[in-house]
Amino acid sequence: MALDSSKTTDFKYVGTRPDRPDGLDKVTGRAKFGADATAPGMLFAAIKRSPHAHAKILKIDASKALAMDGVKAVVTRADFAEGLTGETWNVLENVMAGETALYDGHAVAAVAATSALIARDAMKAIEVEYELLPHVTDVDKAMAADAPVIRAGAADASVPEGLHPNVVRYYESGHGDVEAGFAEADLVIEDHFTTEATHQGYIEPHACLGTLGADGKGELWCCTQGHWNVQKLCAAMLGIETSQLRVTASEIGGGFGGKTTIFIEPVALALSRKANRPVKLVMTRAEVFRASGPTSSTSMDVKIGMKSDGTITAAQGTFRLQGGAFPGGPCEMTAMCAFAPYNLTNVHQVGYDVMTNRPKQAAYRAPGSPMAAFAVESVIDELCNQLGLDPFEVRLKNASREGTRASFGPKWPRIGLVETLEAARAHPHYTAPLKEGQGRGISCGFWFNHGGETSVSLAMSEDGSAQIMVGTPDIGGSRASMALMAAEVLGIPYENIRCTIADTSSLGYNEISHGSRVTYASGLATIKAAEAAVEELCRRAAAKWDIPEEAVYWEDGYAKPSGPNAGDHAPLHITELTADMGATGGPINGHFEATPEGAGVSFATHIVDAEVDPETGATKVVRYTVVQDAGKAIHPTYVEGQFQGGAAQGIGWALNEEYIYGEDGRLQNAGFLDYRIPVASDLPFIDTVIVEVPNPGHPFGVRGVGETSICPPLAAIANAVSNAVGVRMRQLPMRPSRVLEALESKDG
Amino acid sequence: MVDVALWSGLRPLVGGQDSIAVEGRTVGQILDSIRRNYPALAPTLDAGVSVVVDGRVIASSLTEPVGENSEVVLMMRLKGG
Amino acid sequence: MSKTHVTAKVNGDAVEFLCDPRETLLDVLRDRLGLTGAKEGCGTGDCGACSVTVDGRLVCSCLMLGVEAEGKEIGTVEGIADGETLHPLQKKFIEYAALQCGICTPGILIAAKSLLEKNPDPTETEVRYWLAGNLCRCTGYDKIIRAVMDTAAEMREAS
Repeated sequence: MALDSSKTTDFKYVGTRPDRPDGLDKVTGRAKFGADATAPGMLFAAIKRSPHAHAKILKIDASKALAMDGVKAVVTRADFAEGLTGETWNVLENVMAGETALYDGHAVAAVAATSALIARDAMKAIEVEYELLPHVTDVDKAMAADAPVIRAGAADASVPEGLHPNVVRYYESGHGDVEAGFAEADLVIEDHFTTEATHQGYIEPHACLGTLGADGKGELWCCTQGHWNVQKLCAAMLGIETSQLRVTASEIGGGFGGKTTIFIEPVALALSRKANRPVKLVMTRAEVFRASGPTSSTSMDVKIGMKSDGTITAAQGTFRLQGGAFPGGPCEMTAMCAFAPYNLTNVHQVGYDVMTNRPKQAAYRAPGSPMAAFAVESVIDELCNQLGLDPFEVRLKNASREGTRASFGPKWPRIGLVETLEAARAHPHYTAPLKEGQGRGISCGFWFNHGGETSVSLAMSEDGSAQIMVGTPDIGGSRASMALMAAEVLGIPYENIRCTIADTSSLGYNEISHGSRVTYASGLATIKAAEAAVEELCRRAAAKWDIPEEAVYWEDGYAKPSGPNAGDHAPLHITELTADMGATGGPINGHFEATPEGAGVSFATHIVDAEVDPETGATKVVRYTVVQDAGKAIHPTYVEGQFQGGAAQGIGWALNEEYIYGEDGRLQNAGFLDYRIPVASDLPFIDTVIVEVPNPGHPFGVRGVGETSICPPLAAIANAVSNAVGVRMRQLPMRPSRVLEALESKDG
Repeated sequence: MVDVALWSGLRPLVGGQDSIAVEGRTVGQILDSIRRNYPALAPTLDAGVSVVVDGRVIASSLTEPVGENSEVVLMMRLKGG
Repeated sequence: MSKTHVTAKVNGDAVEFLCDPRETLLDVLRDRLGLTGAKEGCGTGDCGACSVTVDGRLVCSCLMLGVEAEGKEIGTVEGIADGETLHPLQKKFIEYAALQCGICTPGILIAAKSLLEKNPDPTETEVRYWLAGNLCRCTGYDKIIRAVMDTAAEMREAS
C-alpha cells in the first residue's frame, strides 16, 4: 500500500503559525553562525587581495610574513589542485588567482597565524609584484571592439561568430514574427534601460572553520546555502576524496543566492593542511563587497507594440549582463523571464553574458528576472500612459494563463498570474487616493522555481515523537515548515517534531538551498519520508491485530482497521506502536531521496506608492503591497516574511544600491555606509496578500516563494517614481541626483 | 518520434529548423538521440540544458517520461538564488 | 605588542581579560569571553549587529576598544533574559516571526530594549528611526517594528 497524503484542503497543522524551532536560540544569542565556532589550537587567517582591476602577477614574496612570530602558513595558487576544468576551475580561479588578478579584491595569497591581528599584519607583509593590464568594468564598453580581452577562449558554443571575446554566452529565443507584430500596433515604444550591480547584502560575512590533515580527511564548518556543494568543490580543489570532507552548515546569516558558491572555504582548508591546525577564516565587510558574488549589472533594450485596445502585438528585448571576470551572468534567465507574464503571438528575446574586471557574479534571488521586469514593465506602463489605458486591464488582457504559450516556448501548466492581478486590483491600496508629489506603480513578476536533488530522513522515537534530518540549510524558517508538513502526515503535534540540518556525513546528497526549492523539494521529501514511516507503523499495527496490512489505515496519529471486515480493533496510537518498536521489527524510520521535478512556477503583482521630494530628488516609498501566488502557504507568517523581504531588497535596488567603480577599476563603496541598503526608517509596513493556486507537483500544493518577491519591485517603484515626476526613469538606482535631473529635464 | 522545440539561438546549428524530431521515451533518451543525430548540439547539451515536458520544467532528471504527443522544449539550464 | 589587563562587568558578572590595545570590545566579547551573541556584520559601526550597552548606553561594540571597557558595565543579548524567563521583546520576536536568519536579532533586541527603557510609548516613526542603525536584510523590518510596538504596549500594561 503506497500511502498518499496529498491534499489541498482540510489541513490540521499546515497553514498554522507556530513558533519556529530555532527561535529561542536566535533571541538569546545561542545560535551558532559561521564565525561563532572555535576549535582547540585554532589559527586565524587573512587573505591578500589584488588592489588592481586587472594585472599579471609577476611574483609573490611571503618571506617577511613567514618570518613573523606566530605565522604558521602561507598559501598561494600553487597549494591547490591542478587540472580542474569547467565551472570548478572557474570557482578555483576566483577563490585564488592563478597568473592574473582579474578584479579589485581578487585573492592572490593567504596566511594563517595564531591571532587575527598577527594574520592581518602578516597579510600586509606579503609582497606582490604586478604588471598592470588594461581593464573594463562596464558591460557595454566590455562588448565594444576596442575592449581589453579578459580571457581569450572563455566563450562557449552558444556565442555566434563575430562578437567580442568578452561575450561568453549567448541566448536567443522567441516565436512568431515581431516585425509583422510591430506593424499591427497602434503604438510602439522602444527604450534603453540600465541597472547597476547590487549585492545580496546578507548581514553575516562569509565565515568558516576548516581542518584538513595530511591523511586527506577534513572537517569544515561554514555558513552556506548548500554544504554538499561546498564539499564537492572543496574536495576537488584540495585533491581529496569528496566523502573524506565532512561539511557542517552553521546557522546562516542570510544568503539570498550569495552563499550558493564558495569564496574562502578551500583557502582555510589549504592553510590548515599546511599548518596542521584548524583554521578560521572570516571575511571583512569590505571583502564581502569586493570579493564575493554581487549580481550582474545590465544594459537592456525593450520594444513593445500595442493596439489602442491594449492588445500587445509584439515584444522584443535585448539583455546584456555583466557577470564579472567569469562566465555566468544569467543572460538566459533574464531573457526567459522578461516577457513570461504575457501571452504573446510575436516575441523575440536575446541575452548576452559579458565578462568584465569585476568579481564573479553570484546568484541573487531570481537571478536576472528583476532587471528584465524593470525594462519590460516600464515600457508597458509607458504604453498604458500614452494610450490612456488602465494598467491592470492591459495586464489582464494579455496575461499568461494555463494553456497559453510562454515567451520562451512551452505551454503553461496551471499558473496563478491572473489571480494575483485580480487580487491586487481588488486591494484597497489600488484605489486609495494619492497625495501631491506621489505616484503609483504596479508590476508583475515571474520566477521559475526549482526542485533539485533532495534527501530527507525521518526517525521515530520510542515516545512517538519524530526527528527529521534535512540537507537544505534553513535560511528563513524552513525547519518550521518541515515540521508542519511532517506533523500533518504523522498526525502528531508540531512541537513533537525536531528538524535538524544534517551534515554531509549524516545524510545523502542535497542540492543547495536555492531556486526557492526548500519548502517545495525538502518539503515533498519530508512528506514522503513521513509517509514511509506511517506505512511501517500501519504494518506494525496489522501484525499486532493479525490482519493484512492493506486493512489498516492511518488517521490523525492512529492506526485504524479499515472497516468491519478488518475486525473490531481499538485504534492504536502512534505512541503504542513506537513504544515497543525494537521488539516488533526494529526502529521505525522513513526516508526519501529523489530529484523532484514538479516545482511550480510563481507569479506576483506588486503595487507601490512613491513620494518624491522635488527639492532633493529623494524618493520615499510610502505604501507597498505584495500579492503573490504561494501555491500553498505552509507557515503563512514566514511566507509573508519572504514577500516583505523581497520587496525591501527590491526597494534598495531601485533607489539606493549600486556598485560604484572608479576609472581605476577599483570599487569605491565597499561598505554599508556608502552602499546603502534600506534601514527601518526608509520603509513603510509592507502589506501582503497570499494567493494560493495549488501546484499539482507538490502533495500539499506548495510553490516556491522566496525569489518571486524580488521580481516586480524594481519596475513597480520605477513606474511609481516615473508617474510621480512625469518623466520615464530608465536607469537604476533612482538616486536623488538622477531624479533631480529628470525633474529638470521636464522643466527645461 | 517526439518533436523537440529549440530556442532560436540553436536553430543555425540544425539548418534553421525550429524543432527536431527524435526518438525517446524519457528525457535522457531524448537527449541521447539529440546528441547522436545532431552532434552540433552536443556542446550545448554539455553546457547544461533543462527540458520542458508538457509545461513542466525538468531541470536535471533524465528518467522523466516523455509521451509520443508530449510538448517538449529545450531550455538553458536554470539556476536560482 | 604587550597586552593590557582589563576588569569589567558583563551581564552583571565580574570579568577580567588581557587584550591587545587594537582589539575592539566586540573582539573581546567574542574571542576572549566566549560571548558570541554580538555579531560582526561590518566592523565599521554601520550595521548594528554588534550592539551592546555600556553603562546603560547603546553602543556598537565594534567601534569601542576592549581596553576602554575598564570599570564599565557591559550588557549583551546573553544577559537580557531573566533565568529561563525571556524578556518580553524576546518572546514577541519569536511570536511575530520578527527574524528570518537571525543574525541581526541580538543587536536589534539590545537596541529595542534600550529604546523601551528610555521611551516606553514610542510611535512607529520613533521605533523606525531608533532602529535605523540596525540593518536587517531578510524581513523588510515589518514584523520587527510590529513586535517592538506590541512589546511596548504589553510592558506598559504590565507596569
